Amino acid sequence: MLDAKIPEGPLDDKWEDYKGHVKLVNPSNKRRLEIIVIGSGLAGASAAASLGELGYKVKCFCFQDSPRRAHSIAAQGGINAAKNYQNDGDSVFRLFYDTVKGGDYRSREANVHRLAEVSAHIIDQCVAQGVPFAREYGGLLSNRSFGGTQVQRTFYAAGQTGQQLLIGAYQALERQIALGNVAMYTRHEMLELVMIDGKARGIIARNLISGELERHFGHAVLLCSGGYGNVFYLSTNAMGSNTTAIWKAHKKGAYFGNPCYTQIHPTCIPVTGEHQSKLTLMSESLRNDGRIWVPKKKGDNRKPNEIPAEERDYYLERRYPAYGNLVPRDVASRAAKERCDAGYGVGTSKQAVYLDFASAIERYGHVEASKRGLSNVDADTIITFGKEVIKEKYGNLFDMYEKITGENPYVVPMRIYPAVHYTMGGLWVDYELMTTIQGLYALGECNFSDHGANRLGASALMQGLADGYFVIPYTIGNYLANEIGTAVIPTSHPAFVDAEAAVKERLETLMNIKGNQTAESFHKRLGKIMWDKCGMARNAQGLQEAITEIQQLKKEFWSDLKISGAIKDFNPELDKAGRVADFIELGELICKDALQRAESCGGHFREESQTEEGEALRHDAEFMYVSAWEYVGDHKWELHKEELEYEVVKPTQRSYK
Amino acid sequence: MEHYTMNLTLKVWRQANNKSEGRFETYQVNGISSEMSFLEMFDILNERLVIEGKDPIAFDHDCREGICGMCSMHINGRPHGPWHATTTCQLHMRAFKDGDTIVVEPWRAVGFPVIKDLITDRSAFDRIVQAGGFISINTGNAVDGNSIPIEKAKADASFAAAACIACGACVAACKNASASLFLSAKIAHLGLLPQGQPERKDRVLSMIAQMDKEQFGSCTFTGACEAVCPKEISITNISRMNKDYLMAGLSSEK
Repeated sequence: MLDAKIPEGPLDDKWEDYKGHVKLVNPSNKRRLEIIVIGSGLAGASAAASLGELGYKVKCFCFQDSPRRAHSIAAQGGINAAKNYQNDGDSVFRLFYDTVKGGDYRSREANVHRLAEVSAHIIDQCVAQGVPFAREYGGLLSNRSFGGTQVQRTFYAAGQTGQQLLIGAYQALERQIALGNVAMYTRHEMLELVMIDGKARGIIARNLISGELERHFGHAVLLCSGGYGNVFYLSTNAMGSNTTAIWKAHKKGAYFGNPCYTQIHPTCIPVTGEHQSKLTLMSESLRNDGRIWVPKKKGDNRKPNEIPAEERDYYLERRYPAYGNLVPRDVASRAAKERCDAGYGVGTSKQAVYLDFASAIERYGHVEASKRGLSNVDADTIITFGKEVIKEKYGNLFDMYEKITGENPYVVPMRIYPAVHYTMGGLWVDYELMTTIQGLYALGECNFSDHGANRLGASALMQGLADGYFVIPYTIGNYLANEIGTAVIPTSHPAFVDAEAAVKERLETLMNIKGNQTAESFHKRLGKIMWDKCGMARNAQGLQEAITEIQQLKKEFWSDLKISGAIKDFNPELDKAGRVADFIELGELICKDALQRAESCGGHFREESQTEEGEALRHDAEFMYVSAWEYVGDHKWELHKEELEYEVVKPTQRSYK
Repeated sequence: MEHYTMNLTLKVWRQANNKSEGRFETYQVNGISSEMSFLEMFDILNERLVIEGKDPIAFDHDCREGICGMCSMHINGRPHGPWHATTTCQLHMRAFKDGDTIVVEPWRAVGFPVIKDLITDRSAFDRIVQAGGFISINTGNAVDGNSIPIEKAKADASFAAAACIACGACVAACKNASASLFLSAKIAHLGLLPQGQPERKDRVLSMIAQMDKEQFGSCTFTGACEAVCPKEISITNISRMNKDYLMAGLSSEK
């Protein structure tokens, strides 16, 4: 039976009560307890730093050359917090409610409420660390809006919010490294979880420079390894983002929660050709000022600026007048797909829609002219003023767009199309963020916990930092208080020896296939199956086909893979092959989960289950649960269900009209 | 925008490891689209090398959207290549034309030893941050964010300095292999904020001491670093750092 360990009592009091009664570990015992942290993004860096500050002995691992490079750094738009600095009616309850609704009523109330409660502390903590958030002229913090909300609660640092938050956490981490509380292992990759007597007790890691395998002991292991969007090959994730750490844990007994909940982000730069290696996001914050449209006429090949306003279909404003261009991501993505599928797409591929800033430029231009006390200003000057304002708000995004496409978005509307961006699914965790393996925790994007079936914009940064700064420092004590009698287990223990031997054997097997196809080519093929049959819209037949095709691909992978180089060397091909092997297995589970969940909810859209207007249609009576999959053997999983109980929020058909 | 394809000659630095000698290898790559990114061209070449049973070219890269700071190629004599304010991963092939020869090397600096081919060890930057590139505050009950108002101009200047991605292009461009632009960006980011004041003097003294220890050279203010910085970090940060260093040295109570 899955026990989420949700504390008793009213929703508002659960976290306070929990903190008041949780077990503590005294400082001298903390010094003797060792914790392993996998990943150094917002969740990993904040957890490693905070646990180091508390006095635990921490080891932190990342595959990049520095912890500051983790992909949290690429988050653009912002971080939500229920500060209500704008006096626009925000509160902890509103943030909680928006997040549960945004997640299409498939998240756990208690977790989401805790997230909303600690959100305000995150901002305070980051400001104290020196994170240079955007400010108003009066010196106070500035806010903007994100999708799925009607208040301004998003804090930001131009289009580089993730970078600034990560640098804050990275600096705190480096401080602990200097103090000797955290040992950092860069260019290392976790390749196995070591378990002793049913508890997580360490890892086998590979030094990516020398290729040597290493054994590391920990009284507890924290996975903070990010999302698995690269299972689709093309995504907004970094090239190295992978599922390997959580997949190893899954195969050792950690249940996988809601694997099919993937977020397709509506505003990304479209694919240009077969050579495409990744996709680039254009922040959701752009939807504050940009208007999305396609021509009203099918196959209209005129240049966008030649199409008059009355011949443009601002389809989000038309379909969702209350939220307009700021509907949640899943809704915006499906609406773009619907228009393109119906033949209204733009650009050479016809798989794109316009994101247009012309009216915002004009609006800001007038405001600026009036600020400067100018009247009778000519149109060109207004446009110049307006462009300056837009540049200050989104300059880096506009520059990035121009570098990639060669087009100037200040003059020509951006062309955008949805792309895989975030995975709401991940390892199943209880209220304390512990997986179904004792002593193994999952934080940030790699757990399933807070976003339900769809994540709202500016909530990923909030969750990563909430887990690392404000949740795990409390909840881990509840476990480690019982571990103070456990001495450090030497890595000569048979469990470490066996785990290392298994990893060695797998690496040798991969190297010895000596076939004809590269890891990259298998990855591309997997991505195509996933995108075509388990992407923005899914149906039973397509999913069944996908499962068969992925099983076939797996066979082919293990019989025809080609890797160059050697095991005991710097060998990125071998690193990639190991990750692709895990993605292939995960791909099958994602499709199985998508097939089993015969309803539409959030980012999971089953064509068989939609309203007359084409909106996602949930089936609460049948599917109001978290799907937690247990690995039981090759191609075999057993489904466990955590029923979701809504005590405060009343689930309804989501409406943004 | 008109797209075109091109055939190119690449001269790439190959070096098995830190101990071995390196050399340039020449590769012919054909049918490269102007829409590709520079690294996608390398992907195509590497796929070919793997199929031919050869060792692919090792290069650092991750986010491929110009923010992680991992990519680091010295292209035709310039860190990150010909485009202004652009990382290697954001450089696109329309910067080149059919028949071009492109020379690609790793960062060259004593402080950045080569690991393999185009990959160098930049961990010295982390150690410089460890020496004081932070504000000493533990996680916990920080005061309300709006209780520390910060003049917008200063907050903006701090942000502009904090935009540094620690790629190391500044070091690679500098004839002295100085890390002054990187270091001064951190000094300015924290030193411009009220939160950064209590440790301001110690920070600049210990971070500069660490930079010297890591064998980066001194700054002679040629401005090469600013010219190649993908994030347009201003050289005025170095002036600010030098002023802080002088003041800290003169008034140090230790």
